[in-house]
Amino acid sequence: MASIWRYANPRKFIETTDRVLPWVSTAALAALVAGLAWGFFFTPDDYRQGSTVKIIYLHVPAALMAINIWIMMLVASLVWIVRRHHVSALAARAAAPVGAVMTVIALVTGAIWGQPMWGTWWAWDPRLTSFLILFLFYLGYMALWAAIENDDTAADLTSVLCLVGSVFALLSRYAVNFWNQGLHQGASLSLDKEEHVADVFYYPLLLCIAGFVLLFIALVFLRTQTEIRARRMRALQARERLG
Amino acid sequence: MIALLGRDMRLAVRAGGGFGLGLAFFLIVVTLVPFGVGPQSALLARIAPGILWLGALLACLLSLDRIFALDWEDGSLDLLATSPLPLEAAVSIKALAHWLTSAVPLIVAAPLFALLLSLPQAGYVPLVASLALGTPALGVIGTFGAALTVGLKRGGLLLSLLVLPLYVPTLIFGAEMARRGTEGLDTTTPMLMLAGISFGVIAVLPFASAAVLRVNLR
Repeated sequence: MASIWRYANPRKFIETTDRVLPWVSTAALAALVAGLAWGFFFTPDDYRQGSTVKIIYLHVPAALMAINIWIMMLVASLVWIVRRHHVSALAARAAAPVGAVMTVIALVTGAIWGQPMWGTWWAWDPRLTSFLILFLFYLGYMALWAAIENDDTAADLTSVLCLVGSVFALLSRYAVNFWNQGLHQGASLSLDKEEHVADVFYYPLLLCIAGFVLLFIALVFLRTQTEIRARRMRALQARERLG
Repeated sequence: MIALLGRDMRLAVRAGGGFGLGLAFFLIVVTLVPFGVGPQSALLARIAPGILWLGALLACLLSLDRIFALDWEDGSLDLLATSPLPLEAAVSIKALAHWLTSAVPLIVAAPLFALLLSLPQAGYVPLVASLALGTPALGVIGTFGAALTVGLKRGGLLLSLLVLPLYVPTLIFGAEMARRGTEGLDTTTPMLMLAGISFGVIAVLPFASAAVLRVNLR
């Protein structure tokens, strides 16, 4: 029976990810190198933004990942709360720092892009503000994981925090819309809209997004494996001390 | 439940701390602001709603860790958890006691402090109304944060880091309502949003707080 819950077994998880990891990492590297090189060297400058438009190849994928990693953590937390699979809790824990870094990349590249385009590094624009708040949520989540000694307690508490935090992050996202009008443009990549980024920028961008997704998967697999192994090692050491 | 409410309030008032301290903290924030931004009353009047909201929020934050910490230390939290009263109810009562002892004094004192920041007359009613509507949300969200960090040795700083991002929507709508009221604009939209947040968190968050408390008591 091929069920996804098979992979909830840590040994099975490590076996499978060990087999998949080299492929995913190679694919991530290839997609990132190809996408970024294509984007940086083989696309024309935008007729109004000049060469600053090329920041899009880092900014958009990072921003996309920052949000989606939180959603992945939310799903993993729900799985932990409902089905108590340790791998799930550990995957959420492994994803958090990656998500925080993605948020920082999005904020920093956004600032670098905003300086020549808007004439300011930072504006209290709804999108910018909600990313800053998202970053604070990541920090709180990671700090709570780090602060609690008992692993299961930490997994439980951070999961609940992730659920509650998701609701408030969403609420904040729309509350800041109400609070201030923005400089940032609307969504450029929606699936259902007519208006799009021009194809010449769009395809390398898609490749970069694919690269970021693959990189994230590789990192989460690796970090989750590390967590599982570290936990095993602690268990072995504890047994040795007793024996 | 009423006995628990009475006990918590008596403890808060008599044990020193929560009651007067929050109010004094609020006063200090209000006193320090003019030193930071200058004494021009036009400027002060413009930022007064926001400053008063921030002050109330921080004063509320200050007393959060007392909600569960003392009961955790002397074991009465375990008794509460095993008592016939559902833990959700106990958590709600504790949040209510915290609100009555730390937020209500702030609300009552807010017009006086608004005077110090030369808030226009028209702003008093919306300010007090927005605080009265919004501080319950602050208390309930804070109770959740306190329940998360109750078992930790030095949970105070972590508690702030966890709770402050959760305060964002409440602060936005609360301060916006007070600001609009001061400027004589229509306050209906932020008021409804603020009330929605307050009632929403009062209805839902005690369950989350009780759940994490159970985990911490395990």
